[in-house]
Amino acid sequence: MWIWFHKLGSPPHFYRTAGRLVPWFGIPALLLLVAGTVGGLAIAPPDYQQGDGFRIIYVHVPSAYISMFGYVAMAVAAAVGLIWRMKVAFAFAAACAPVGAAFTFLALATGSIWGKPMWGVWWDWDGRMTSVLVLFFLYVGVMALRSAFDDASKGDRAAALLAIVGVVNIPIIKFSVDWWNTLHQPATIAKLSAPSITMDMLVWLLAMVVGYTLFFAAVVTMRLRGEVLLRERGARWIRELNAHA
Amino acid sequence: MLEITDLAVSRGNRLLLEGLTLRLAPGELALITGPNGAGKTSLLRVVAGLSQAAAGRLCWQARALQTGDPEYAQMRIYLGHQAGLKADLSVTENLRFLVELQNHEFHSDKLAACLASLGLAGAEDRPVRALSAGQRRRVALARLRLTAARLWVLDEPLTNLDVDGQALITGWLGEHLRTGGMAMIASHAPLASAAPGRCVQVELGT
Amino acid sequence: MNSTGQAMLALARRDLRAALRRWGELGLPLMFFVIVVTLFPLGLAPERDLLGSIGPGVLWVAALLASLLALEGLFRSDMEDGSMEQLILSPQPLVLLALVKALTHWALTGLPLVVLTPLVAQAFYLPANATWVLMLALLLATPTLSLIGAVAAALTASLRRGAGILGILVLPLALPLLVFGARATDLAVQGQSATGPLYLLAALLVLAITLAPLAIAAALRISVD
Repeated sequence: MWIWFHKLGSPPHFYRTAGRLVPWFGIPALLLLVAGTVGGLAIAPPDYQQGDGFRIIYVHVPSAYISMFGYVAMAVAAAVGLIWRMKVAFAFAAACAPVGAAFTFLALATGSIWGKPMWGVWWDWDGRMTSVLVLFFLYVGVMALRSAFDDASKGDRAAALLAIVGVVNIPIIKFSVDWWNTLHQPATIAKLSAPSITMDMLVWLLAMVVGYTLFFAAVVTMRLRGEVLLRERGARWIRELNAHA
Repeated sequence: MLEITDLAVSRGNRLLLEGLTLRLAPGELALITGPNGAGKTSLLRVVAGLSQAAAGRLCWQARALQTGDPEYAQMRIYLGHQAGLKADLSVTENLRFLVELQNHEFHSDKLAACLASLGLAGAEDRPVRALSAGQRRRVALARLRLTAARLWVLDEPLTNLDVDGQALITGWLGEHLRTGGMAMIASHAPLASAAPGRCVQVELGT
Repeated sequence: MNSTGQAMLALARRDLRAALRRWGELGLPLMFFVIVVTLFPLGLAPERDLLGSIGPGVLWVAALLASLLALEGLFRSDMEDGSMEQLILSPQPLVLLALVKALTHWALTGLPLVVLTPLVAQAFYLPANATWVLMLALLLATPTLSLIGAVAAALTASLRRGAGILGILVLPLALPLLVFGARATDLAVQGQSATGPLYLLAALLVLAITLAPLAIAAALRISVD
């Protein structure tokens, strides 16, 4: 176990392993996304209340889930980096942040597009949307903090610490927003009840969720290889890599 | 006794030095020299405990050092490029705080004698902002005499000092070493002659 | 008393002394608070009903921004004159020194804000009992804010231009304080019991006192390295 862990921490070994992993994530991701999209848009029956409008959940739900999954993955990597001083873990956290932020943005955008026909407005101070918005701010903070440092290794550690502080805070923020939201339940806007989902809708949603997760893994792995190259520039193994190429 | 084993120091992504092994026994001096950017300051910061080593081990009294070891912290004094003095506070307030922070006893009469020998007699209540750069340096160096620290880690201690000041600090260093103290100093001044015992010369960046 | 306690007291005394000798700077966040609060009636309309209903929210946002203003200098001067190095190198537990620094900062910036509140509350026609609740809520929330803010200030202490990024880091984390604080004040204005949100603010304070110093100490070590 420890040898494996240690080897994982060595950049050249990691770079090669990650390169081999990309297709293993990427190809199933592609298949599942295509299947889920076709199934969700064409095969699944329309919702009896919302008609075809509900089909946006095939994008909205998986991206909302990835926005949280990505943050937790980033924070776990950050903690590993700080505790074991593992360079690759910091690179992983750095690779996660923009991807996670992009999915968070996608979740907000699709939520807003969904909200327009359902609630009649683009934005509603709904508890869930508000906490996703705050999550987006946290992602931005982590990225901004990392890039503000001239010394990359210092930026990594500072951003890692912030990511961990954020993880401790997310439940509190979520709680406060939900609490706040139940007090200010807007009366005029018809609330959207969660669509009662049937089996033939759910299958495609599951395909999308797994597909998004694998897609996230593939993109992060690709970005991670770039990060490792960038961080190790000037190291001997990269010069050897270039000589072979 | 300070033991440095196979130490590597890096700054950012750049490895500055590696494989440094050094033993400092009571009465011994380690003098670090090297061109600008060779890693003198980075090495001293690692030894002081401000930065972490990229690899290697530091031992104090045959015990491996962890971050924030209180016993080492009390026995080691570090003086870097910045004096560590608050401009708005008086000389006494500053020094008293720094001495007590390090768990040493503060004595006003000792301070008065020390300031007198530094040519700052009667400056006890002057705010640090009213002092010149050389005078501030002298106040910062006064800590060396006001604590019973055994290991001095000094980064260019003679900067901003005039000839008299340099001679005074060299004298202090000799006394410190004769009474069983240790010192690790980055300096280009000829401090080696102050060491009654062994002086380890470490030349970086060659 | 043991030596750590003495050192903590000495640090608090040093910070208070140094700050009081530059008392002009101390007043700036307070003036900012007062001015922001004054701008709202001017920007809206001086109608009692309107001001009474937005007052609690405005006061909380203004208090949040005012303490943000004071945060930048929390560790900056210690970083610049090298005293931070000496604090980190001292035999005292850095976690406790960090707690002292954050609480001293609160005493210098948060506490005056609380004291000033009854005056400012008049601008929004807050009833007397609501003013008391507002003061109590600020008394519970401002130390938490100083502690959370100190984490962000410690993370950005070595940056040349940390002020902009500081706001991005602090404000999302401070959101629960705003929610509970404004709600407590709101309930009091409506003449209802505000104990619920006040308890929540107290819980956040306990949590912040326990956890924030750990993060501040870790962040300071990173910044000084």
